[in-house]
Amino acid sequence: MEFFRIHRDIPFMRHALVFNIISALTFLAAVFFLATRGLHLSIEFTGGTVIEVAYAQTADIGKTRATVEAMGFGEAQVQNFGTSRDVLVRLPLRSKDGGSAKQADLVDRVFDALCKAESGQVFRESESGQARIYCAGAAGQPATLTLKRNEFVGPQVGKELAEDGVKALIFVVIGIMAYLAVRFEWKFSVAAIVANLHDVVIILGFFAFFQWEFSLSVLAAVLAVLGYSVNESVVIFDRIREAFRRFRKMTTHEVIDHAITSTMSRTIITHGCTQMMVLSMLLFGGPTLHYFAVALTIGILFGIYSSVFVAAAIAMWLGVKREDLVKGPVKESDPNDPNAGAVV
Amino acid sequence: MNRYPWWKYAILAIALLVGLVYTLPNFFGEAPAVQVSSAKATLKVDSALVPRIEQVLQQAGARADFVQFEGTSVKARFPDTDTQLKAKDAIGRALNADPNDPSYIVALNLVSRSPVWLAHLRALPMFLGLDLRGGVHFLMQVDMKSALAKKAEGVTGDVRTLLRDKNIRHAGITRNGNIVDVRFRDAATLQQALAMLADQQPDLQWDQRSEGGDFILSGSLKPQAARAVQEAALKQNITTLHNRVNELGVSEPVIQQQGLDRVVVQLPGVQDTAKAKDIIGRTATLEMRLVDDSAEAAAAAVGTGPVPFGTERYVERGGAPIIVKRQVILTGDDLSDAQPGFDSQTQEPIVLLTVNAKGARIIKDVSRENIGKRMAILLFEKGKGEVVTAPVIRSELGSRFQISGRMTPQEATDTALLLRAGSLAAPMEIIEERTIGPSLGKENIAKGFDSVIYGFAAIAAFMCLYYLLFGLFSTLALALNLLLLVAVLSMLQATLTLPGIAAVALTLGMAIDANVLINERVREELRNGSSPQSAISAGYERAFATILDSNVTTLIAGLALLAFGSGPVRGFAVVHVLGILTSMFSAVMFSRGLVNLWYGRQKKLKAVSIGQVWKPNAEPAAKA
Repeated sequence: MEFFRIHRDIPFMRHALVFNIISALTFLAAVFFLATRGLHLSIEFTGGTVIEVAYAQTADIGKTRATVEAMGFGEAQVQNFGTSRDVLVRLPLRSKDGGSAKQADLVDRVFDALCKAESGQVFRESESGQARIYCAGAAGQPATLTLKRNEFVGPQVGKELAEDGVKALIFVVIGIMAYLAVRFEWKFSVAAIVANLHDVVIILGFFAFFQWEFSLSVLAAVLAVLGYSVNESVVIFDRIREAFRRFRKMTTHEVIDHAITSTMSRTIITHGCTQMMVLSMLLFGGPTLHYFAVALTIGILFGIYSSVFVAAAIAMWLGVKREDLVKGPVKESDPNDPNAGAVV
Repeated sequence: MNRYPWWKYAILAIALLVGLVYTLPNFFGEAPAVQVSSAKATLKVDSALVPRIEQVLQQAGARADFVQFEGTSVKARFPDTDTQLKAKDAIGRALNADPNDPSYIVALNLVSRSPVWLAHLRALPMFLGLDLRGGVHFLMQVDMKSALAKKAEGVTGDVRTLLRDKNIRHAGITRNGNIVDVRFRDAATLQQALAMLADQQPDLQWDQRSEGGDFILSGSLKPQAARAVQEAALKQNITTLHNRVNELGVSEPVIQQQGLDRVVVQLPGVQDTAKAKDIIGRTATLEMRLVDDSAEAAAAAVGTGPVPFGTERYVERGGAPIIVKRQVILTGDDLSDAQPGFDSQTQEPIVLLTVNAKGARIIKDVSRENIGKRMAILLFEKGKGEVVTAPVIRSELGSRFQISGRMTPQEATDTALLLRAGSLAAPMEIIEERTIGPSLGKENIAKGFDSVIYGFAAIAAFMCLYYLLFGLFSTLALALNLLLLVAVLSMLQATLTLPGIAAVALTLGMAIDANVLINERVREELRNGSSPQSAISAGYERAFATILDSNVTTLIAGLALLAFGSGPVRGFAVVHVLGILTSMFSAVMFSRGLVNLWYGRQKKLKAVSIGQVWKPNAEPAAKA
């Protein structure tokens, strides 16, 4: 089997301007949505309380919402999580309430209220290793409602997480730029980072547009994608360097086209494989890994696009020359001279 | 040219073997066990308990797979739950004389079912995070401001005492936040005080200024002293939390420092946050009282007479009853520090106590009048008191004094810890709380496992179809990567969380890149007309530089996540970084080893099984 039977180099760079305009537009759209809609940050960043409960039957979201709203905790969100029986309740952080200790008790109060709405009572079972909190008509009866998980995050934590996220991003950008500048040339490192940061902004743009929940694991995915799609640029740059050495007659244009064409097969196969893994997470990973996998999918798709069409093009605009990459004494000679470099 | 020296094969074989051994414990599942831990802060579980439990089990006829001491508890593993329950009852009856006041917590637990020889190799299953096994997680913030304020308060008292002792007249001492201001009438006294204080209070930084005719000396904690205070406060809080959590009978609690002023508490298997919070938030109190040595008291202690008026009967650590006066000399609030140490003359292990200025005044008076008598130090927990130690007062005591006599260094350390464990050094506040139900944990494991397995299967199928034998080698290399990753995680006992499993999946998906690069290169070399043997060698060599570059960039991202991430991000980053490292080894060295083993010996190799190699110039006829 061989998917890619490419006869001659595809002239990607002839259309470089078009590609760059496309990505500039997507980028601007992403920035626009980020600015107008903003990210739907998870409680890890904003602080607040999340309660996940599992009903024995399909949950009546309306009823649950009414119960929670009647308690008057401000803007509560109630939605299904994964299946129709699992319900996620999000409560915002309320500063006027004072101490966070009070805030932490919310979970018990909400669960009690939900349980009452189901006309049951709360049981706390604590067999070693198998402790659980559930709601049933009476002791010994099957549970109508089970507390699956809850989470409370105080206001101090969220701000720090956001700061740490930005710090991590800066560290990655500087680290990768420095490495590429040493290994290749500053023009390449600028090109690679611009291309890949544009991926990051586009992923964020998607999350802003669809108002998907941006959690810590999505942040991890975004940064992992940044490292991963820089790979792509590195592979192409490697080829460009090699082509500059081997094909002395080619112009920069042709060299870049050649490099992209010859890595085409590997690019598609590698990303296809990674995407298969991510798809598997999307299908089998459940709701917790859902947005993590979504972020990776967008990142991988745009990673291909940006490395192939954007990074090389930027490097070209920045004016990459053979001399930048081929170190050592480069002889001043006409590249079209058939006898160039020949020594008798 | 495609042959490895024998030692390279040896390395590969060892890696494979080590990987297998350390991955193995993860397959055995869990067996019922009974865990015995201390219920009291004053009681320490050690390996001496093991033979005792073994004996109890033998008498009860409950055969244990093993009984062993681990960290702070003794665990016994049983073949089935019936034996486990029987053993729990037997141990509970034997160890706890009074069921209403248990000295030991005997709890049911689960431990790995892996054979004992694996446990001896320290090959343990991966340590699962709370999101995979269910439990409670608290993140607590230590109020460092109040720790510093407490220290400043103590210093204020000390300064007052010092100035009085040295007969230096001052016009008032006030505490302003963390700064101690001492006023003087004239500059000469100030200089005299400064010289003395600089010598006696090395932790303080003194500044002088004058204000409306008064000369003021203001002392603030030196930065390193402030840091030391904060570190000590955090450490003491962690110790106290440990003692309290032990009582919950949680099998493997995690109590760790996070950052400079935070403590993470993770209690696997616990669901009832209210109870957990209650226990964590409880305070123990420390009291110092005089021991009644009269004849009536001695009789009361043995149980032959009534307890004299104004006294109480307590049990000393170790078991002997002791009669203590009701009047409290000092409480834990007055005790500012307790440290284990050695006597400078006798080299005996001692516990060094430091009390604040108020405490020093009281203890000076009390000790002067009671030389030769005993002073008991009691620890109250849950309303029940216990005598930690009851030393004899040898001389008049000051703000610093020591307890010595018949102690091993370990005992001195334990006593110091107990004396400090009375209360938290600084108040704490819960700033993050998470509860994960046990069913959700199991679901998460299943989901994470499925993601990895199906993704792996898809990649394996594709690679084998597309690259044939080379694809199979790549798949084997990827399998080794997974094996090594699991082995390293088990070896390091790094906490595996759901994001961690996601990282395993993602890392495998990325690691295949190296093999794709290699295989594509080999095909390209073949396309350009190289002989199979040289194509293999050139393919691997040329691809290596690229693989290195691309892994370094991924590694940079992983390290950034590790450095700045917390919680789920850290769990992801640890696995990600480890996975990149193992992939370098397996994808390049192991797959090359397989290829060499298969093709390396064939001198006249005509073709390699790497799928169809299409050559553009092979079909010019069709085009022309």
